[in-house]
Amino acid sequence: MSAIVDLTLVELIDKIKKKDVSSKETTNAYIERCKKSKKLNSFITEDFDHALKKANAFDNNPNFEKKLPGIPIAVKDLFCTKDLRTTAGSKILNNFVPTYESTVTNNLWENGAILLGKLNCDEFAMGSSNETSFFGNVQSPIGENIVPGGSSGGSASALAAKLTPATIGTDTGGSIRQPASFTGTVGLKPTYGSCSRYGIVAFASSLDQAGPMTKDVKDCALMFEVMSSYDKKDSTSVDFERDNYLNKLKDSIKGKKIGIPKEYRVDGMSKEIDELWQKGIKIIKEAGADVIDISLPNTMYALPAYYIVAPAEASSNLARYDGVKYGFRSKGENLIDMYEKTRSEGFGDEVKRRILIGTYVLSSGYYDAYYLKAQKVRKLIKNDFDQAYKNVDAILTPSTPSSAFKIGEKTDDPVSMYLNDIFTVPINLAGLPAISIPAGIDAKGYPLGLQIIGKAFDEQNILNIAYTMEKHINFKNEIKSWWI
Amino acid sequence: MAIDLKTVKHISKLARISIEEKKGKKLADDLNSIFEFIEKLNQLDTDKVEPLTSIAETKLQLRHDEIKSENIRDQILKNSPNENKDFFVVPKVVE
Amino acid sequence: MTKNKSEYLIKRNKNEYEVVIGLEVHAQVLSESKLFSDSPTKFGAEPNTQVSLVDAAFPGMLPVINEFCIKQAVKTGIGLNAKINKRSIFDRKNYFYADLPQGYQISQYKNPIVGEGSVILDLPSGEKVVGIERLHLEQDAGKSIHDIDPQNTLVDLNRSGVALMEIVSKPDLRSLDEVNAYVKKLRSIMRYLGTCDGNMQEGSLRADVNVSVRKKGDKKLGTRCEIKNVNSIKFMQMAIEYEANRQVDLIEDGGSVDQETRLFDTKKNQTRSMRSKEDAHDYRYFPDPDLLPLEFDDQFISNLKKEIPELPDVKKKRFIEKFNLSPYEANILVSDIETSKYFEEVIKNSDVKISTNWITGELFALLNEKNLEITQSPISSKNLSKLINLIKDGTISGKIAKSVFEIMADGDKDPQKIIDEKGLKQESDPKELEKLIDRVIKDNEGKVKEYKSGKDKLFGFFVGQAMKVSGGKANPQLVNEILKKKLK
Repeated sequence: MSAIVDLTLVELIDKIKKKDVSSKETTNAYIERCKKSKKLNSFITEDFDHALKKANAFDNNPNFEKKLPGIPIAVKDLFCTKDLRTTAGSKILNNFVPTYESTVTNNLWENGAILLGKLNCDEFAMGSSNETSFFGNVQSPIGENIVPGGSSGGSASALAAKLTPATIGTDTGGSIRQPASFTGTVGLKPTYGSCSRYGIVAFASSLDQAGPMTKDVKDCALMFEVMSSYDKKDSTSVDFERDNYLNKLKDSIKGKKIGIPKEYRVDGMSKEIDELWQKGIKIIKEAGADVIDISLPNTMYALPAYYIVAPAEASSNLARYDGVKYGFRSKGENLIDMYEKTRSEGFGDEVKRRILIGTYVLSSGYYDAYYLKAQKVRKLIKNDFDQAYKNVDAILTPSTPSSAFKIGEKTDDPVSMYLNDIFTVPINLAGLPAISIPAGIDAKGYPLGLQIIGKAFDEQNILNIAYTMEKHINFKNEIKSWWI
Repeated sequence: MAIDLKTVKHISKLARISIEEKKGKKLADDLNSIFEFIEKLNQLDTDKVEPLTSIAETKLQLRHDEIKSENIRDQILKNSPNENKDFFVVPKVVE
Repeated sequence: MTKNKSEYLIKRNKNEYEVVIGLEVHAQVLSESKLFSDSPTKFGAEPNTQVSLVDAAFPGMLPVINEFCIKQAVKTGIGLNAKINKRSIFDRKNYFYADLPQGYQISQYKNPIVGEGSVILDLPSGEKVVGIERLHLEQDAGKSIHDIDPQNTLVDLNRSGVALMEIVSKPDLRSLDEVNAYVKKLRSIMRYLGTCDGNMQEGSLRADVNVSVRKKGDKKLGTRCEIKNVNSIKFMQMAIEYEANRQVDLIEDGGSVDQETRLFDTKKNQTRSMRSKEDAHDYRYFPDPDLLPLEFDDQFISNLKKEIPELPDVKKKRFIEKFNLSPYEANILVSDIETSKYFEEVIKNSDVKISTNWITGELFALLNEKNLEITQSPISSKNLSKLINLIKDGTISGKIAKSVFEIMADGDKDPQKIIDEKGLKQESDPKELEKLIDRVIKDNEGKVKEYKSGKDKLFGFFVGQAMKVSGGKANPQLVNEILKKKLK
């Protein structure tokens, strides 16, 4: 029998249901490994004692009807958790303890899961390498001093290092898919409106979406099923019939039409990425799908538009961190001085940079040239997808333009950092679902991912495609526990 | 377009973030390189395009006019940086 | 349309200045819960006891809109004869302030829920139409308290998130009287509609006042100043008067007016520049991404139209046409919905003319003296109606009625009972009256002689004596008739 931490989520649940292992044994196994893995810095806040209590309680009165029976899960520290510190990776929320629970995490606990701790992330989810966190860099298990991606870097690191059987992140411009791609794991950004944003520290309201990060596609289907719900507390939550995604998962894509957008073959794309993409195309062809060349003509404008919309919304969303009601406060001579010092000392450089970009693009005289323009571009990008989906059922692209890079490699050049999200951002702008699955490794042995983009609320379809491809690719994440 | 130190100071004032003089210059440089990248949008003619108003594929849901929240003053003030059981406290404001 | 005799001009040297005023009235929507959260809106609660996680802007909290507040805004729009916009957008107005927990106010900027409309003012000189620019929904802020703690400002968020309607007038007002009439008319309409209680003491109705001046005859508007958050009509008038004169002085001294936000200091009766607002002019409005555009159909509006009661302008017309009231009388009876209800209750069973006189006369005087609202009237409409019927059928005289009224004021007693108990019924028996008058004549022989020798004026003296002897109960009409006969 393989070790508990080596099991996929679905396998683990099966063992728990069969009483092969208890919740306590499972929780202990993860805690033990977490304790040995501090070097990765995946966690901001551990909640081990509490998790063990919960695991005991589950074992004493087990309910195997639950979808996640007694499963310990660590979550990104962007989800507010009742009575457990929630920081969003920022000094400004260093001491903040919510008195409420986010809808998505609540769905996990309602389904029997147990909170193991809060995972590191880029400050306010702004970053692509987890290097903007107030709580320090996160090491990727794929290699020392390699970034796990971001912003859900702690989540990706913890998952790939087997510190949690599955996890959840948030994705505003690629923050689930890019770290999943960097760490050889599966990450799904659901359709906007699928998972409630209630209780998630907001970055950019019209782009933020929570989603699962898992070891494989089956786990992903299950986690998504648990997370997604219609929530009246979120006005942008959409009331649609949510499927039993795991049960309906099938490895057949015969007759499906898959689009290959020529605009994703960007200048300077590495040969490895191109080869990976061709490999993916070959696989779906072999699985019986039709591959169709398509055009998404406004793709190149997505990233510039994103760097208007996301900072604009963020500049407003982060105005509430002013030292008055909660979190960090710096002493000031008067109210304005207190605000300015609190926010200057409480936010890190990248967050400040984005707040200033956002403030600038919304400021008097610039609104039309930037924000309004970006919203028009967003419309064009959405139209591109609408047009494409008249002919195809899903779209296949690489997840990222490169594999994971070294810590510190891109921190001095914001734009080169932003370019990491070039393939993921258009999907957020259009509100669509997309999944990243591991598809190979580069010359350095670092994982590379492929992205499958679906129609709105068509998660089942992209899960099925991903499941089929996963079987053909048969990717094995060869992680040596170098940090232990 | 170029963002100078004066502009950085103005927007940081609006955003209520104090910026040290020596960091201001670097920040202006960073912002300029980001805006250079953003300006790519100017290549695109969007005169006839309607801006996107919402990405959520739904209609605004309306709530009934019912009081559901109770007095949770303790919870509301619990995380407040300045201890006071009735109020939030800030440095004296002079109108 | 305007026959404005109450023209308000400021004279300096040889110049005459006209004052141009526009109001942005902030009216608190009558609703149980707040605009975007489910916490209560009641006035006067302990600090921070009506605050939800949404109102205090905790991380991850999201706004969910109150349907009733939308209906209230649409109804008010209908009451202002305004265009209702079936699609409107909520924007964020970004600025930092201690009592603004989100760091932005959710408001409506480019696409408000209600567009252009109008309000008719009833001025002594006649009617005047004031244009309404727009009405939009927005959140109220909390309250900063500066006078409890000497070192700090304390913040109470009970009001944070309460729904407000901002009603923006066109710069159509020209005098303090017009401002008075406009605010009262708005208040009246909203009280009829039940969309705002109009209680200025509790801050349910406040206004930002835009004032500019221009030389009489100039077509172009002068530079305006906005006086923020004035909470009574009296203060509005004082603020306008001060501000207009300040602006005139500036111009007369060869200077110019700066467009700025000012504050009315109620202790000094002056306006002054608000320094704290200076660098906050750039509100960086953009559509709130936590919300979607607000959309409704014609059916939604027509359903609300069915709920609109008869409004003061229509009621006034009906009172004039149906009851023959003067425009003046009709105005005072319709201006407040409760007064109009009281009036209509009384006249259900009583003479309209006498009722009108008694309500606008005695009753208003009584309420005024005791500082009561008509809903708190010590005399119910039912008993006032009875009293009026007793006058009408001659049971008591108008004079006796006044004493009965006074007794009624003390505990809403039935007038018939008072009359029975105190024996105040009018004496109308000719035989009794003749006896009484004979006595008067006998007691005043000298005066009778004078009268008969031609001093006609003395007739009133005899009437007075007869009334006095009867203890006021004699039917004055009969006394007149009998006296005339007897003194021939």
